[in-house]
Amino acid sequence: MFDGYTSSELMSIFAMQGFAGLSLFSVFVLMALGLAIIFGQMGVINMAHGEFMILGAYTTYLTSGFFQSYLPSLFGGYFFVAMVLAFLICAALGAFVEWLMIRRLYHRPLDTLLATWGLSLIMQQAYRSIFGAREVGVDLPEWMMGAIQVTDLVELPINGLFVMIIALSIAVGVYFLMYRSGYGKKVRAVVQNRPMAEAVGINSAGIDRATFALGCGIAGVAGAAFTMIGSTGPSSGQAYIVDTFLVVVFGGAQSLIGTIVSAFGISQAQSTMEFFLSGSMAKVLTLLVVVGILMLRPEGLMALKVRR
Amino acid sequence: MGTTETTASGRSLSKGLGFRKSLMTLAASVMLATSAQAAMPSTAEVNTTGLAVTDDSVTVGILHSITGTMAISEIGSVQAEKLAIDQINASGGVLGRQIKFVQEDGASDWPTFAEKSRKLLRQDNVAAIFGAWTSASRKAVLPVMEQYNGMLYYPTFYEGLEQSPNVVYTGQEATQQILASLNWAAETKGAKSFYLLGSDYIWPRTSNKIARKHIEDKLGLKVSGEEYYPLGHTQFNSVINKIKLKKPDVIFASVVGGSNVAFYKQMKAAGIDFTDEKPLLLTISVTEDEIRGIGGENVDGIYASMKYFQSLDNDNNQEFVAAFKDAYGDDMVIGDVTQAAYLGPWLWKAAVEKAGSFDIDKIREEFAGIEFTKAPEGYVRIHENHHLWSKTRIGQAQPDGQYKVVYETEELMEPDPFPEGYQ
Repeated sequence: MFDGYTSSELMSIFAMQGFAGLSLFSVFVLMALGLAIIFGQMGVINMAHGEFMILGAYTTYLTSGFFQSYLPSLFGGYFFVAMVLAFLICAALGAFVEWLMIRRLYHRPLDTLLATWGLSLIMQQAYRSIFGAREVGVDLPEWMMGAIQVTDLVELPINGLFVMIIALSIAVGVYFLMYRSGYGKKVRAVVQNRPMAEAVGINSAGIDRATFALGCGIAGVAGAAFTMIGSTGPSSGQAYIVDTFLVVVFGGAQSLIGTIVSAFGISQAQSTMEFFLSGSMAKVLTLLVVVGILMLRPEGLMALKVRR
Repeated sequence: MGTTETTASGRSLSKGLGFRKSLMTLAASVMLATSAQAAMPSTAEVNTTGLAVTDDSVTVGILHSITGTMAISEIGSVQAEKLAIDQINASGGVLGRQIKFVQEDGASDWPTFAEKSRKLLRQDNVAAIFGAWTSASRKAVLPVMEQYNGMLYYPTFYEGLEQSPNVVYTGQEATQQILASLNWAAETKGAKSFYLLGSDYIWPRTSNKIARKHIEDKLGLKVSGEEYYPLGHTQFNSVINKIKLKKPDVIFASVVGGSNVAFYKQMKAAGIDFTDEKPLLLTISVTEDEIRGIGGENVDGIYASMKYFQSLDNDNNQEFVAAFKDAYGDDMVIGDVTQAAYLGPWLWKAAVEKAGSFDIDKIREEFAGIEFTKAPEGYVRIHENHHLWSKTRIGQAQPDGQYKVVYETEELMEPDPFPEGYQ
């Protein structure tokens, strides 16, 4: 398939293809981190994860409308405000949902699946009633559009770079929170041995609520970021949920590092195969490989070694 | 291919028709003398099959998804159908009867569509159903329509390969949308190579099959790639790189739904400016409705092949757009399918009045040749295969989200749901 192309053309294409893989990687990381925190640390399968992302996207949409009407001079920077708002709103809703529903279901993990799926339907219909069934267009500031011209053929999309930076910052932030802070220590203690953690005075209910809120908040930021590359509609969240679970399960449910490694593996495999095969075939092959590896390693790539 | 041969009743039609008509005229004149409702034919006479028709009303069904993932697309059709019904009622109704409707929600779920259509036909005894949107929902409804002899008015442009005596297709079948636009790209734009790209389901695949045959066999040009992505796919960077490498003259796109938004945003981010027309992007799936979600600035310069654009400059359309905005708000946009949905009730009315009856079997005989001169898209006529003769038009997307019409076929295109040589 490379007949008739000069070597410089091929080099540029491979460079851009590498970039495409990296930007898919950062999308996966953003999608999966929130879910991995909730699923891995609490054992709750949050089927409404995609809807929390879309809540973040709608927050961005409203913020952009607000800035356009009232603060047009600051429009270029609205996106940062939107991300903070998206985090806060989604985290608040997450904490509320945990209080109302999830905390009653910790001993029945399969029921959380149904309950959060029901929640996702409620949220979708709520978006439809509030914002209308049609997708909304989120206006982006001019500087976020377009591409950086590196050479004649190599162009790097600015929004791709931006998503990468957000993903990286959040991953680093989560790392510090989980492995370098008192809160993280408590979370890990609760995950490893709940009764023991409670015995030494950790408020495990509070930890659960904070963790669920954190996961939802990160989903909100991801949703805000995805307004740059995807659609914002009542059921857009559904497009992300399968990939998100794929990444988290493949990575090993209780390991954040595993999530990142698996996001990297799946994104590189998929984007490389998409280049050589058709899109649907690439997806099928990716899924097959993941299923194969999971059969050999049911715990996922990076299993947490704990005594049960 | 007369559809009358396939009717459930299978009566000898032409003879029986004349007889029935004269009988009706006779009955009507008797009525005229004896009844107070002089101008209106009696209910017993216009309804022999137990439809929901009374002396002053007739009930029809509207069956679209107003919840679930398809609601985004189908709501425009619901609005258009209700608008047409209101307008018909305001102008005196059908055979002197005001139209009432029962609306059911297909909920983006195909078995639900079948269930609800059965309910509309069996329980509500509706005289017509305006509805279904995706091919999957139409296929789910089809056996019910045929079993209980209902009549579905289906608005969406679709892949063809179907012709039911119980469906009227008011949208285009695939050849009406594709062939003229490919000719246009080759002749006007001098295109030599095409890259076919679509979502992975029956409509894009069938459309691209027809497009490929036409490009390679009829035009003698080159297809430099053909690609499908799963519905809801949101990452198009790899295929954009492939397109950059292969440098086709035309990207022929049939990506649908939320994927559309991702696709055009990422094309734009990758530095492809559609107004340069290198490559030229020709789509059969982006109407004004979709542009609202994608954002006008992201599709500025793409071409779409449709039969209707909101910007069409004719009196019918100006009235239609004004009435639509009056009913649903100034920020409404009207896409191709919305217009096709608007045709449904009007064509049904014309057929009923020509047949002088609400009976499904009687109006079916009258379909071929029924005209609607007030159609927003211009003049349309029903072909004997239950599809519409209509023009193919090419529009170029403007930053404000509207299309500027740059080309239209001189003649109405003949609907050809089973195109020979394209399968």
